[in-house]
Amino acid sequence: MKRRDFVKYAGLGSGALMMPSMLMGNNISAEALLNPGMDVAIKKSLADIALNTAKTLGASYADARIGRYLNQYVFTREDKVQNVVNTESFGIGIRVITNGTWGFASTNNVTEKGIKKATEQAVAIAKANSKIQKVPVKLAPVKSYGEVTWKTPIKKDFKKVPISEKVDLLLSANAAAMKNGANFVNSGLFMVNEQKYFASTDGSYIDQDVHRIWPTFTVTAIDRANNKFKSRQAMSAPMGMGYEYMDGLDSEKLDGPAGMKLYRGSYDMVEDAIMAAKQAKERLSAKSVEAGKYDLVLEPNHLGLTIHESVGHPLELDRVLGYEANYAGTSFATLDKWKTKNFKYGSDIVNLVADKTQVGSLGAVGYDDEGVKTKQWDLVRNGVLTNYQAIRDQVHMIDQNESHGCCYSQSWNDVQFQRMPNVSLEPGKEKYNVNDMIKDVEKGIYIAGRGSYSIDQQRYNFQFGGTAFYEIKNGAIVGMLDDVAYQSNTQEFWNSCAKICDKDDYRLFGSFFDGKGQPSQISAVSHGSSTTRFNNVNVINTGRTI
Amino acid sequence: MAIYTKEEAKQIMEKALSFSTADACEINMSGSESGNIRYARNTVSTAGHRSNQNLVVQSNFGKKSGTATIDEFDDESLKKVVKRAEELAKLSPENPEFMGPLGPQTYDKSITYNKASANISPEYRATVASSSIEPAAAKDVTAAGFFNDSYGFSAMMNSNGLFAYNQSTDSNFTVTMRTNDGTGSGWVSRDFNDISKFDAAKASNIAIDKAVTSREAKAIEPGKYTVILEPAASVGLLQNIGSALSARTADEGRSFMSKEGGGTKLGEKIVDERVNIWSDPLNPDVPTSTWNGAGQALKKMSWIENGVVKNLAYSRYWAEKKGVDPVPFPSNFIMQGGDASLEDLIKGTKKGILVTRLWYIRNVDPQTLLYTGLTRDGTFYIENGKIKHPVKNFRFNESPIIMLNNLETLGKQVRINGNLVPYMKVRDFTFTSLSDAV
Repeated sequence: MKRRDFVKYAGLGSGALMMPSMLMGNNISAEALLNPGMDVAIKKSLADIALNTAKTLGASYADARIGRYLNQYVFTREDKVQNVVNTESFGIGIRVITNGTWGFASTNNVTEKGIKKATEQAVAIAKANSKIQKVPVKLAPVKSYGEVTWKTPIKKDFKKVPISEKVDLLLSANAAAMKNGANFVNSGLFMVNEQKYFASTDGSYIDQDVHRIWPTFTVTAIDRANNKFKSRQAMSAPMGMGYEYMDGLDSEKLDGPAGMKLYRGSYDMVEDAIMAAKQAKERLSAKSVEAGKYDLVLEPNHLGLTIHESVGHPLELDRVLGYEANYAGTSFATLDKWKTKNFKYGSDIVNLVADKTQVGSLGAVGYDDEGVKTKQWDLVRNGVLTNYQAIRDQVHMIDQNESHGCCYSQSWNDVQFQRMPNVSLEPGKEKYNVNDMIKDVEKGIYIAGRGSYSIDQQRYNFQFGGTAFYEIKNGAIVGMLDDVAYQSNTQEFWNSCAKICDKDDYRLFGSFFDGKGQPSQISAVSHGSSTTRFNNVNVINTGRTI
Repeated sequence: MAIYTKEEAKQIMEKALSFSTADACEINMSGSESGNIRYARNTVSTAGHRSNQNLVVQSNFGKKSGTATIDEFDDESLKKVVKRAEELAKLSPENPEFMGPLGPQTYDKSITYNKASANISPEYRATVASSSIEPAAAKDVTAAGFFNDSYGFSAMMNSNGLFAYNQSTDSNFTVTMRTNDGTGSGWVSRDFNDISKFDAAKASNIAIDKAVTSREAKAIEPGKYTVILEPAASVGLLQNIGSALSARTADEGRSFMSKEGGGTKLGEKIVDERVNIWSDPLNPDVPTSTWNGAGQALKKMSWIENGVVKNLAYSRYWAEKKGVDPVPFPSNFIMQGGDASLEDLIKGTKKGILVTRLWYIRNVDPQTLLYTGLTRDGTFYIENGKIKHPVKNFRFNESPIIMLNNLETLGKQVRINGNLVPYMKVRDFTFTSLSDAV
């Protein structure tokens, strides 16, 4: 099933929610989700079959990943449940180095015979490709961790929450939106559990249980007389959490400008749906923006996507080196710029960190998909480019000898490769709140939530929209705007970063379906920030008359 | 092999149906064998083979339905998957829009299978890669490319007597060529059901030429320009007209196709009268299956005729509600072209820009079908009928509707991503900023 087909299947319409085929797996019954799965001792003995077979066949390195992926999705529109889907996918992926060359094969026949056969295929592919390999693979050393485990620290396992409770919550949010002026609502709840077992010839046996959740909606208001329609997306973030994210705790709410409620580690879907309906309706008659230069005050659920596209992607080492040239592109952040040690990516207050450990984030795991213990590291410190994102077979290319621990595969049947860790903007050190961002702005716009996004193949020129826009005049919000998009250049934009709210305003944005590679794989990643101001950015008017 | 013959597929699905205890049951079955090779930095990076097979069971009790899938087809597995679908159906709330399975249908014989394309070897794929890498290296250019081929079948059966079966072959190739000084980039894309039409070396050379000739691009002011859009440039925008063809969203008032005060733009002229867009599963250049996953027969269907919206797509539910016949969504996109070659179009242009490709296209405003994105891999300035020099890439903000209203000349049709799209000359195309990207 293609991504597009799934959207149709879910009845969500284009642009509402995207659901790629890779997460589909095989549909299973509700009670089957609670099956605890394979005992860890059995997984170890199965993984050892792969590792021993590989060694016997002459591999200098091998790793095996046994994965069980249990997902649940609920889709609704207005007062109807469109679909409830449970999926399961189970199998093993084996990666080897033979003759200095990678080989990979996978199978869902997780038996001695099936594993041996797949390992043989992986070795055969490595041998065949080694004939045209110019430079042998060089792996950074990694510690042997022995038998270890890691779990996303969840409070409520989505698999134990009845479907009826999830359906009721979505339908309540839909009803609240409809009652407050929405004409249409599509809502969905995505819940993911990756049970991953990793073993390698370096001596690590790692069992991990990873959970993610994403509640979301699109609320649409319509003015038939004037043939206008406007939508507002949910202000939720996909999180590396359990079902407790849906609790809507008051302690995790923040007051935003123009009466907006914003959410940290707990989401109140019904409250947000009410606000969304009111904002979508208000946007129908909002003032169309006048194009020009504005100071932009960017809310974290909006800024996260800008960070993702203009910092996360350009600092992926495989892009920098040209391995992604035919798909996602290359990068402006070239090695020669990095080597100067004074390339000003942003203004002095800009500190961007890569991270695979942050609690509640989508990227958090104990160990990456090649058995490297995860950590946090600097990408940009005091505005200067300091590092990239690299894995075991890449770090030697930037004269480092320790993998950053950001290797990932979407499934047991895809080969692991370098993927973006969480990349976040550190909060400001000065004690600032959102009002401090706005109060000294003469002509500006406050932008909240995710909207349209587009960036060139080397990550210079970008254009972003949002889901709610408010005009700032002489230090105060004066009303809603429409037809807003800003265009800038990555380095120029980050150097225009003028003021950052402190840690009390910090929260996560997330992307559930970041795509990369050929054949394409998805990955989930978070981007944290506090509300931040960028001065003098070019804003265009996107309104057209046809 | 995950490819089942018509008879084999029929037997498996009949067996699965025999286990059903639901009010109705529908089965979709598919399988494919596919291979790929990926290369970058003038060397092969990964290569793989994939074998997939899948069976989807949808069971329903009244308007409660459940879906389950499985990838093993022995009796026990078939029993299990039918049971799971029935369990999920019983747990699910009623969906008032559930339509139930279709009865027997008549389908045209498809032309999607090509024998030579079903037997592509790893050696062939390696040759594709070296057809890019060797000529690139000889010209101080670096190749990064991807070739994927697949051979597959799909089949369908339900408890109302519907049965459908199809086999198809497909191949896709893209390569990006970058000059080693980093100032030039070219790209090409090819896709065929019939692999004998594919010439990897010829395609690669087009990308190499674009890379070499696009070096040291000059910056010109963004603004409104006459553009010659290669099919790879226009297809991304044109396909988005397809996403606006849903009758339901138009009726609901949340589509470009919605009309002021209510109703839809069906029957209205929305673009230049020379624009004709249709879909046709039996077109020999872009064949598709003659039935879709819901079992509906696919026929040649006109969407825009002489600039007028001729049809909108109606799901079975929405068609019933509106009292019309269902109209399935198109399976391909064919736009009528003209006789002009690319050279003719360039020759007839006083001042303009030739665009190889548009990239990272994203919707900005669904109301007007406004999209943004960038030019990439070969953008050239044309003056007095000749290509003068390469220009730096632009960001555009444009609607395919405005673009097709500003049509100057239609050129020859070319297959691109399974569609047939002509070269096009368009006036007043809106570029809003410059990009430093190469």
